[in-house]
Amino acid sequence: MNITVPLLSTIIWLPIIAGAVMLLWPMRYLPIIISIISLGLCISLGAHFDASTWQMQHMENMAWVPALKLNYTLGVDGISLLLVLLTVFMTFLVNIAAFTQVDKKQFNAYCAAFIIMQGLMCGVFFALDAVLFYVFFEAMMIPMFLIIGLWGGPERVYATFKFILYTFFGSLFLLVSILYLGHLADSFSILDFHKLSVGLQAQRWLFWAMLFAFAVKVPMWPVHTWLPDAHTEAPTGGSVILAAITLKMGAYGMLRFMLPVLPMGCAFFAGPVIILSLIAIGYIGLVAIIQKDMKKLIAYSSIAHMGFVTLGMFIAFKMIDSEPQAVVGLEGAIIQMLSHGLVSGALFFCVGALYVRMHTRMIDEYGGVANVLPLYAAFFMLFALANVGLPGTSGFVGEFMVILASFRASPWYAFFAATTLVLGASYTLWMYKRVVFGDITNKLVSSLQVLTVNERVVFTLLAVAILLIGVWPNLLLYPLHEPATHLVQQMLNIR
Amino acid sequence: MQELFWLANTVVAAPLVGAVISGVGLKFLSRIVTHWLTTTLVALSFFCSLAILIGYINGRYATYDHNLYTWAQAGNLTLTVGFLIDRLSAVMITVVTFVSWMVHIYSIGYMADDPGYKRFFCYISLFTFAMLMLVMANNFMQLFFGWEGVGLVSYLLIGFWFKKSSAIFANLKAFLVNRVGDFGYLLGIAVIFYYFNTLHYADVFTQIKPATPTTLICILLFIGAMAKSAQIPLHVWLPDSMEGPTPISALIHAATMVTAGVYMVARMSPLFENSVLVLSLITIIGAATCFFMGILGVVQKDIKRIVAYSTLSQLGYMVVALGISAYSAAIFHLVTHAFFKALLFLGAGSAIIAMHHDQDIFNMGNLRKYMPITFVTMLIGSLALIGFPGTAGFYSKDLIIEAAKYSSAPAGEIAYYATLFSVFVTALYTFRLIFLVFFTNERMGNSVREHLHECKPVVTWPLIALAVPSVLVGMFMINGILHDFFADSIKVLPQNNVLAEFAQQQYTGPFSMLLHGFISMPFLLMLLGVATAWLCYVKYPNIPSVLTKRAYIVRTILINKYGFDLLYEKIIMPCVRWCGYGLWKIADVLLIDRLVVNGTAYSIAGVARYLRVLQSGYLYHYVFTMIAGLLVLLLYLFYG
Repeated sequence: MNITVPLLSTIIWLPIIAGAVMLLWPMRYLPIIISIISLGLCISLGAHFDASTWQMQHMENMAWVPALKLNYTLGVDGISLLLVLLTVFMTFLVNIAAFTQVDKKQFNAYCAAFIIMQGLMCGVFFALDAVLFYVFFEAMMIPMFLIIGLWGGPERVYATFKFILYTFFGSLFLLVSILYLGHLADSFSILDFHKLSVGLQAQRWLFWAMLFAFAVKVPMWPVHTWLPDAHTEAPTGGSVILAAITLKMGAYGMLRFMLPVLPMGCAFFAGPVIILSLIAIGYIGLVAIIQKDMKKLIAYSSIAHMGFVTLGMFIAFKMIDSEPQAVVGLEGAIIQMLSHGLVSGALFFCVGALYVRMHTRMIDEYGGVANVLPLYAAFFMLFALANVGLPGTSGFVGEFMVILASFRASPWYAFFAATTLVLGASYTLWMYKRVVFGDITNKLVSSLQVLTVNERVVFTLLAVAILLIGVWPNLLLYPLHEPATHLVQQMLNIR
Repeated sequence: MQELFWLANTVVAAPLVGAVISGVGLKFLSRIVTHWLTTTLVALSFFCSLAILIGYINGRYATYDHNLYTWAQAGNLTLTVGFLIDRLSAVMITVVTFVSWMVHIYSIGYMADDPGYKRFFCYISLFTFAMLMLVMANNFMQLFFGWEGVGLVSYLLIGFWFKKSSAIFANLKAFLVNRVGDFGYLLGIAVIFYYFNTLHYADVFTQIKPATPTTLICILLFIGAMAKSAQIPLHVWLPDSMEGPTPISALIHAATMVTAGVYMVARMSPLFENSVLVLSLITIIGAATCFFMGILGVVQKDIKRIVAYSTLSQLGYMVVALGISAYSAAIFHLVTHAFFKALLFLGAGSAIIAMHHDQDIFNMGNLRKYMPITFVTMLIGSLALIGFPGTAGFYSKDLIIEAAKYSSAPAGEIAYYATLFSVFVTALYTFRLIFLVFFTNERMGNSVREHLHECKPVVTWPLIALAVPSVLVGMFMINGILHDFFADSIKVLPQNNVLAEFAQQQYTGPFSMLLHGFISMPFLLMLLGVATAWLCYVKYPNIPSVLTKRAYIVRTILINKYGFDLLYEKIIMPCVRWCGYGLWKIADVLLIDRLVVNGTAYSIAGVARYLRVLQSGYLYHYVFTMIAGLLVLLLYLFYG
């Protein structure tokens, strides 16, 4: 079937235009409508998607700046399809929640920022031109800076400042690498980059430049310290999108640029990256246990969970002889990205629901929430368990696959990665215990308002998604097979 | 096959449907609808299980191994959800659903006044579903799903009364200790996947070669079993789990979930059989748990905790049986124990209702006058527990002791003496409980005494229904157990097969075994235990206090439960917290943030402060700089 509408461009530009319009003429229901349309577009994209090939589909190609050989090239494969779905879904939820959680005066600008960001984030996932990718990658951060800087908590200026400092430092390296590769390939098409064979020495340099750029976003230890601050100061929606989508940008960049273009560089330095991932899992898990601020705790838990993503990608280089197992690890990493998007987003929604009622994020000031909000307690329990990685929830799938695959790379990797079973349960459930269980000690808790309809809708949708993936992950794995297998072939094709 | 397909799916689906409907409809459904719905569905599940079991006993069904759907597929990894039914799982599901059904009925009475009534039924149905998934799994991943599922519901139910700080401490402790076990189990799965490229039981078991590192796999899997089945040193969560409502102590923490580890090892017997080292380790750990945890039962005052320590000790028996390759005997004891221990817990619960939730046995006394049904059924349960000849517990326990005697395994001797002396300890603490609760003088307050009466039929009927199998099931099963009833499920190497040896040399039938039971060593020790209990708590009640004063050190050790809790709570936990705090404050905040991040910002600002001097805005400064620069350049070009 022929599609005459440029579907990918519509998914990118419709929300951006709508957001711009909203800034000029306030319209209360526009964000929801746009979200629903975007979801519909994504579903039709999924319906017209061919999962039996790794090739990019729905390609759109236009000259952009011919003098510099820049093209406006878009395309979608299984990996970007799922990430775009996640983006649109999470923004939809943020828009629903904003109705009751955000002040009426701010609502318009707040939602506009989010739908603009939705379009830009989809642009990152669809872009097949490196410079276009870079433009979206950077442009996406602008609404995020504004969201944190304008509607954030008391320390928002420091948090934004730190965030900018980290990400721009990283981005400079990315730009330099892209220019170098573009010069080498005489084109900025990412697909042309994939065909390049870069010299070993150059690969090593490019590896570090790109690693720094993307590691900041993931974030990997030790360039992670912006995240807890950004999360704590961001408003609920900001935290949700930051955790659910923005962190995925780093991992996605690794998938698109580092693994296929610089396989030798990656193979050469896989050891250090794996160690950094394991540090993220173990060390950050320990740090998360003693956090007193709920958002900080979830932020640290995000870093630990993203450790599985980088681990799942780089263990492939430690088992060059066993391609199928490398595919298991890689698909596990991608599933972990999607699951983490849902679960951490859900947890930030949970904290947000309490924050709008009590205006504090401190664990100590809560206790006994289950007595007042039993439904909330049930949802929070489910999301906490998904964070713990209980089988039957989405959190289990990725971790399980990565641990299984990592054993072939080295039993020690599996051993340290599996510590998350104990650490993850410790920090998540200890927090849950102190916040939700127990008797009411703070009078404010006893007068908490019940969940609004919007919040119920958000929680229910998230719960369904998390359980569905947990019970039947094959649904998501299916479109991943071909691109993941192809990617592993590119990675392991080291001569 | 088609028939089994439907039966198996119904067995699993019925409790799940009950849990989902009662969970989603928590607000809309009435209490009566909730308990009728869940109880009926569990009963349905039980009757289907019974049909399956009868089919297997008749030999009508063969082993059924069927995949329902593909859960995940990637690379060389294919994970499915499906059911394996053979004689072993048929026996297990029948026991699980029967006890669960009884507990559902009992809870209608026990939980009647609780505000969380409907939530409770939702949880126990969900538990039944998870337990059935565990038992009927045909692959390691699905077993892990059930394994974590029962752990989750146990967590939710221990903390059922979430306002009580002791309850939410105990449930977190239970979950975390179990997670330590899961850590081992998950790594075990990873090793299995590495060597076999599949997680399907049947495929794994047929691929075992002498070169397979079964020792590593089995140690890792057994760590999981140690946590779930509460073996030293991961047993600490079980006594604390008594914070939960009594029906779940019966269902989860006595009859079903805690025996999951035993079931798992028996199911994986083809792997465990290949590792003498791990089997010896299992024997030693089981023997230690059996003996040392039994002793702790003697110093407890809380009626539920006494029964909990006896559970630990009985689990030790089962684990010993696993260690000496008498897997069938372990499963046999698992089954009889499920009946009589559920009975004891439910009986204890009945006494607790009558006592208005006072659980101290030193406040009870002479309850037999007021609660005859509870008394008689508890007495039956206790006789089964101590292994009085003729009861179900006698056959299973005697079989383990005999098997230990015949065993030529490295740790066989330890197993034999530990199980033998535990008979004395078991009789002592069990009859201490019986004497203090149902005999002796009435020590409760007047207000409690006035209201003492037998519980409602909804509470007493399950007691009677459990008392029947507690007596009879042993006689019916012993023949099968000794004549390879589980041969399709459990693989034992010929040189390890102690049960076959016992069957050949000594066994001539249930009745002769019963007669032999009266002249055996365990019977003597049991009598000695009961007599000691009678002397210390009925005849000369001041003996315990004298002993306490004389043997102060022993008592301190026992009261502190050998210090395991102190080790975990006072040393390991604070260490972990300090580690986290130290890493956060030193590495994250001080080194990365202060030194590098803010340091970069400050140093840029610092450099900029000096550079700013250059941007003065005066034209003559710039002209001067340019001329100077030109001069330097010229000098370089001419002389450089």
